[in-house]
Amino acid sequence: MLSSKLTGRRLWIAALVVPPLAFMCLFLVYPILSAFAYAFYEWRGLVRGDFVWFANFHRVLFEYPFSERTLNAFTHNIVVFFALMILQNGVGFLLAYCLWRELWGARFHRIAVFLPVVLSTVIVGLLWKLFLHPLFGAVNVSLRAVGLGTLAQPWLGQDSTALMAIIVANAWHMVGFPTLVFLAGMQRIPSEILDAARMETESEWVKMTKIVWPLVAPSATVVFTLLFVGAFNWFEMPFVMGGIDGSPHGATDVLGLYFYRTAFGSMSASAENFGPGSALAVLIFLFIAVVSSVITLKLRKREIQL
Amino acid sequence: MIRENRSRTLRTFGWDGLIQIVLIGNSIVMLAPIVIMVFSAFKTNAQIFQSPFALPDFTHVGNLVRVWTETDFVRYLMNSFIVTGASIVLILVLGTMAAYALARYEFRGSNAILLFFLAGLTLPLKLAVIPLFIQMRDLGLVDSRFSLIFIYVATGLPTTVFIMTGFIRSLPNELEDAARMDGASEARIMWSIMLPLVRPAMVIAAIQNVVPIWNDFFFPLIFIQNNDLKTLPQGLTTFMGEFGTDWGVLFSGLTLSALPIILLYIALSRQFINGMTAGAIK
Repeated sequence: MLSSKLTGRRLWIAALVVPPLAFMCLFLVYPILSAFAYAFYEWRGLVRGDFVWFANFHRVLFEYPFSERTLNAFTHNIVVFFALMILQNGVGFLLAYCLWRELWGARFHRIAVFLPVVLSTVIVGLLWKLFLHPLFGAVNVSLRAVGLGTLAQPWLGQDSTALMAIIVANAWHMVGFPTLVFLAGMQRIPSEILDAARMETESEWVKMTKIVWPLVAPSATVVFTLLFVGAFNWFEMPFVMGGIDGSPHGATDVLGLYFYRTAFGSMSASAENFGPGSALAVLIFLFIAVVSSVITLKLRKREIQL
Repeated sequence: MIRENRSRTLRTFGWDGLIQIVLIGNSIVMLAPIVIMVFSAFKTNAQIFQSPFALPDFTHVGNLVRVWTETDFVRYLMNSFIVTGASIVLILVLGTMAAYALARYEFRGSNAILLFFLAGLTLPLKLAVIPLFIQMRDLGLVDSRFSLIFIYVATGLPTTVFIMTGFIRSLPNELEDAARMDGASEARIMWSIMLPLVRPAMVIAAIQNVVPIWNDFFFPLIFIQNNDLKTLPQGLTTFMGEFGTDWGVLFSGLTLSALPIILLYIALSRQFINGMTAGAIK
């Protein structure tokens, strides 16, 4: 009797746990493990060939033309990371600090800053592409209207500004996320600490840098790590605004686009090339995993337990 | 003393004023592009090029009608609804099942299973898209909605299990024990007693998943080539190519695509903000 009840319980638990586990294994874990294996094989189209050790890795890292494109894309990812660190996370921190005062209308401003976050990257990218059109876009039209016509330029059409334009569009899209994560962190600071700080100093700057910033360290850890992962996975925004080739002249090429082009081909490049594509994916994956773990561990040390 | 107080009040007032200006300025920067997008949907090319900021004639709905009738917009919209709806239902059902077992029963390996789900949080599936593509081809799922739904379920489960397990653990035992005393089966306890209590967590989990799935562009780009199956973000890029010179129609397409999620966000902003930042706030 007891044992039959126990088996029944075991069956019941299995019935609950196995189907979700199966989905995870089949469509998440198995593909990721396979990705590692695939990088060590030669590929002819969609057919797997011989085991070639590190040949694919050697190609994407050291052989022309792969190596140059890899380096070009990687450099752009680094630029994207640091630029968004300032434009997205830095601005987000300042906005959170402003919202935290709960002044009149703060609720409205909070909803407004998060509105673009819920929109699809495709909508945001296409919208800014129209705004940045050299002749008819709202940006250049307004510059001309206020007499700054000399500043009007083909933002997305020239090497010097294209990447930055896409970065700014990305910052507009996502700044609400770090803002509200930082705000939640600030709201958790105990009021006794703030009262004590108010007794000590009148300077908002001192309060911000010496009290608030260290105490929102847990939020900063999360937001920095997510930005790092996002910056090195960056794909949709440059795809929509700069195109699959990272135009103009590869000025907006990043690892995500380069990986996609190598793996699945593009209009200008040839067809699928799964070997080097898989090698790139593994390298990006390892780079993100190692560096984001280091960032998380380093930043965690800074966090203060209250 | 009084004087000092006054200077202090003045200083706070000035500081608050500055903050208010920053916030108002920022909200203008955040909202203006969206407002211009909506205005432009009601304008002709000439009006857009000459006066992008002017109020349009809101009775001029020709552009919107063209998007609705002359393009595949409605089809893309329906596809997005089907894929997102099916994925969310599956994620909630499977996620709640796993979370319930992990939170309410003690069994060997339960911690390992929870860790396994949590590890899934950090795996960027985009980078495994090559094996995923070959796997889907072997399963005959390329150019099928199921490829997208299965991928979204797999990527959505870790966060859902994480949120739901924490919530279900926090529920009290008394009701459950009483029902068990009365001889109710485990399935009955779960369905009639516990699940009704879990609804708030389900809303959070649903919102956290609905936005990335509704907005996703990457996986449709890889797996869907058939125009009849394209989702809204993907269809939008096709459509922008076709109407490349008719800006009123382009802005109408963007406006109509953005509208469902904007309206939902305005109605449920608190839940959206809580749901989308839930993973980042401990």
